[in-house]
Amino acid sequence: MSEAIEESSSAGDGLMIEMVDVHKWYGDFHVLRNINLAVEKGERIVICGPSGSGKSTLIRCINRLEEHQRGRISISGVELTDDLKNIERIRREVGMVFQHFNLFPHLTVLENLALAPIWVRKTPRAEAEEIAMNYLERVRIPEQAGKYPGQLSGGQQQRVAIARSLCMNPQIMLFDEPTSALDPEMIKEVLDVMVELAHDGMTMLCVTHEMGFAKTVANRVIFMDEGQIIEENEPEEFFTRPQHDRTKLFLSQILEH
Amino acid sequence: MTDLEHPSLAPPVSSVGIVGWMRQNLFSTPLNAGLTLLAVGLIYFLLVPLFEWAVWNADWRGSDQSDCTSGGACWVFIRARLDLFIYGFFPTSEYWRVDVVFALLAVLIVPQFFDRFPRKGWIGLFTLIGFPIIVYFLMMGGSFGLEPVETGKWGGLILTLVLAFVGIVAALPIGIVLALGRRSTMPVIRTICICFIELWRGVPLISVLFMASVMLPLFLPEGVNFDKLLRALIGIVLFQSAYMAEVIRGGLQAIPKGQYEAARALGLGYWKSMSLIILPQALKLVIPGVVNTFIALFKDTTLVLIIGLLDILASVQSAIVDPAWRNVSTEGYLFAAFSFWVFCFSISRYSQALERKLQTGYSR
Repeated sequence: MSEAIEESSSAGDGLMIEMVDVHKWYGDFHVLRNINLAVEKGERIVICGPSGSGKSTLIRCINRLEEHQRGRISISGVELTDDLKNIERIRREVGMVFQHFNLFPHLTVLENLALAPIWVRKTPRAEAEEIAMNYLERVRIPEQAGKYPGQLSGGQQQRVAIARSLCMNPQIMLFDEPTSALDPEMIKEVLDVMVELAHDGMTMLCVTHEMGFAKTVANRVIFMDEGQIIEENEPEEFFTRPQHDRTKLFLSQILEH
Repeated sequence: MTDLEHPSLAPPVSSVGIVGWMRQNLFSTPLNAGLTLLAVGLIYFLLVPLFEWAVWNADWRGSDQSDCTSGGACWVFIRARLDLFIYGFFPTSEYWRVDVVFALLAVLIVPQFFDRFPRKGWIGLFTLIGFPIIVYFLMMGGSFGLEPVETGKWGGLILTLVLAFVGIVAALPIGIVLALGRRSTMPVIRTICICFIELWRGVPLISVLFMASVMLPLFLPEGVNFDKLLRALIGIVLFQSAYMAEVIRGGLQAIPKGQYEAARALGLGYWKSMSLIILPQALKLVIPGVVNTFIALFKDTTLVLIIGLLDILASVQSAIVDPAWRNVSTEGYLFAAFSFWVFCFSISRYSQALERKLQTGYSR
């Protein structure tokens, strides 16, 4: 992984995400409890924690793939409510990368990338395809443009998925365990793309267990357990001097080997 | 390394050529040999007489019963009554209008069998939307200086094709809407769709046709009456769309949740994610089921004979009972069966080609 990224323009640039006292239940199960989180423009946040701790649910609430039942979430000042117009407006500005890529298997790589700009942003087809080729070059697979997703390796598919989100020119990128479904030798090619993105100043929220990535890229690491944010700190502090017992246990379990 | 001399083996039993193939596949064990002989015997005793009856001893030329003398199949009957089987009771002077419909259909279908035909998509769209309108004006007459032909005179193959084509073209989109409605999160829409589907699936097509033709006029005010063929068509379309909806719903359920989420996360609204992402994949998955329904629909059109419409089967039947011909029912029914088989088999082959073409090499 590349060298640590120098501290980008510090706070005050504008609040991108604000979550205040957010709660969510699945039936009786209380998945998110009292989540308070503020993300500035250009911040890179890594969320970790044991499985079932609500990490994925938390970032899926940000683009309303999941609904929260209490509290307030605003994205660039727009509050997420039942208003469908607002939801679609926010989704245009928030890109998401999934654990299982979720590329559209019936479309070629280029069509996957150009689809949203054409149909959501109303970009003319030729221009959308040009944008798509640009991003394919950035993720270093322009030669795969005419293939179908099923013909690519996992790492290539995930890079296509990242490029697909970037084609909408989002202000925020959400990553939901982007490397968990990959074979080990493919993890690096995906992380490299994400590191580059961080260098360019993208606001990123990343659920991951890649602690190396967290150390080099994140400004803040958030540890969650049982639906709550237990601990929140700069990566250096977080890894060397964790405060809570639960955090210490978790770190010892994933860093021991 | 040592130079050991291998013992020489007997030459292998021949596995090439006709004899080799037969030895491997037909006579490999005594049991297989016995079964092969049995099968050959059965084919001989069944197919030879059939061939003698249908081809060797058959009468092909002539114009009436007196020309059928050889004791084989009387294909003269089919020849003589072919006009009835194809055009029904359409006025003889207006046969050309039906011929134009057949010719147009053939011309429009041909491009669909080629991979890269210019403007293939538009031709397909025209076949589904523009073509039926042309057929309507051409067959009904009454405008453009054409003599009006009431639908009671339509019959035979052309009636079967009209029923099947309209049924297929209209049932698919209605089925898609019903399937989406049944999966809707809006309770009112979902309930309406469930009620509609379960109602139409719960009744036999014959009773639907019977209702449309006998009961419906009783409920309509005096003097209000609409075409019997139109009533039958509406009945068939609504009935088949309920089946279609359930087939398509199966496809919608097979699409992974991640596809819906990815579409939504990109900012695509409901109709765009359905039409661009979900339906193209779901419909491809259910091609076998949809074609199954199409073929069933094609054959179910024969049921309109119960309300007095003479489709190809009914027109064959009416010709068989004609006292001018005797003992021609086998020939007549074989002809009707063969006509249905040609169309249904073509639909089936086309769907298989379509499935192969849409295969994009993904495993999920």
